[in-house]
Amino acid sequence: MSLAIRVIPCLDVDAGRVVKGVNFTGLRDAGDPAELATRYDTAGADELVFLDITASSGDRKTMLDVVRRTADCVFIPLTVGGGVRSPDDFDRLLRAGADKVSLNTAAITDRDLISEAAERFGSQCVVLSIDARRCPAGVSTESGFEVTTHGGRRSTGIDAIKWAVEGTKRGAGEILLNSMDADGTKSGFDLELIARVRGEVHVPLIASGGAGSLADFAPAVRAGADAVLAASVFHFGEFTVTEVKQALANSGFPVRATSR
Amino acid sequence: MLLDYGSGNLRSAQRALERVGASVTVTADFESALDADALVVPGVGAFAACMRGILEVRGDEIIDRRLKGGRPVLGICVGMQVLFSEGVEHGTAVTGLGYWPGVVEQLAAPILPHMGWDTLRAPVDSKIFAEVAGERFYFVHSYGVVSEDLTGHEKTGQPPTVTWGTHGADFVAAVENGPLVATQFHPEKSGDAGLALLRNWLHSW
Repeated sequence: MSLAIRVIPCLDVDAGRVVKGVNFTGLRDAGDPAELATRYDTAGADELVFLDITASSGDRKTMLDVVRRTADCVFIPLTVGGGVRSPDDFDRLLRAGADKVSLNTAAITDRDLISEAAERFGSQCVVLSIDARRCPAGVSTESGFEVTTHGGRRSTGIDAIKWAVEGTKRGAGEILLNSMDADGTKSGFDLELIARVRGEVHVPLIASGGAGSLADFAPAVRAGADAVLAASVFHFGEFTVTEVKQALANSGFPVRATSR
Repeated sequence: MLLDYGSGNLRSAQRALERVGASVTVTADFESALDADALVVPGVGAFAACMRGILEVRGDEIIDRRLKGGRPVLGICVGMQVLFSEGVEHGTAVTGLGYWPGVVEQLAAPILPHMGWDTLRAPVDSKIFAEVAGERFYFVHSYGVVSEDLTGHEKTGQPPTVTWGTHGADFVAAVENGPLVATQFHPEKSGDAGLALLRNWLHSW
């Protein structure tokens, strides 16, 4: 295996501003996604994800400006998600400088959206983001994992593993798998969930949710993740991208050397 | 000049080239594409769609006339793939621009697309990989050229310098052939290594 395991910081953006506090020293504007993206690029991030959590659609134009400003100065891949509902939303984000666009809730309510986007723009830029959890009482799926929406607050009853398979059949070129059980716990990734999805899909898999220590990343890769994503542990400076890569390298996984 | 035929994220390629000192125009205008000091042909998505887009703006004629005059052309990703004889997707073959023999076909690998930062094997006489041959570059593709022999084609004459990558099997990661240069990976998305490669290319003519 020579492909490097990708380490991906995720930034939540609300009305053009980064939401969670970011603990980098010397930032001119700690809320500016473009400036933070530059910092993460310098810190060795292999890709970046912007998640637009803006509630009002009127503020979505702000996101396009953020993407433009980021693409102007950061030369690593950028995935943008949040509120994408149509192929035209895709088009606007790609033209602004996004390389990939992630679909979540809209793909559940309109499954053709995945295929339409894949046909028009290519599978390589269609990321299916799945917020999965173990079925709570009263919900049952074959795999025992279900898809949620609204940040894990709403049950759909859809089997998360089957949804991943369907999404890739419809043309998604990558799966961003968020464990809603592990998210925020800092007790490690949901390895069973990762392994179950890896066993069924043949596109790259990004594991997300639960990273709390440097030791958490290698098991996620061993379970089948091609990339690992984290947010707060990076933003609050608990550890750096380089430290995560070092930890992965120490476990025998290839990583992209951080030259700067 | 970046050839705009409706494919992909042109903004990143434009900004990356500007970052290394080029002055960039994004257009599909026939005359300006012929006149530009250098032409970049980007491309993402399907081979067939890219070929269609290129033919619509007479890109085949533009590239041909430029190369006859020894004027630089750089193909990126599917912009590289279309330079080969043929592309096969979902069982359907589409004729390419044919500068090199070789069929663009789906890579035989357990996980596709081949997505992420990978190493490659550049020959010592490569100009574009000067100082960065040991770096990783960003790939995102499911198709590639796996043929061994790219030499002896009538359109390009001189034998190309070929850089190989591996995903499942060996595939062509870059080709340098006089004024015609192409990369399967995205230099504009490959961080400092990619910028260095673009700088090398700009200084190679």
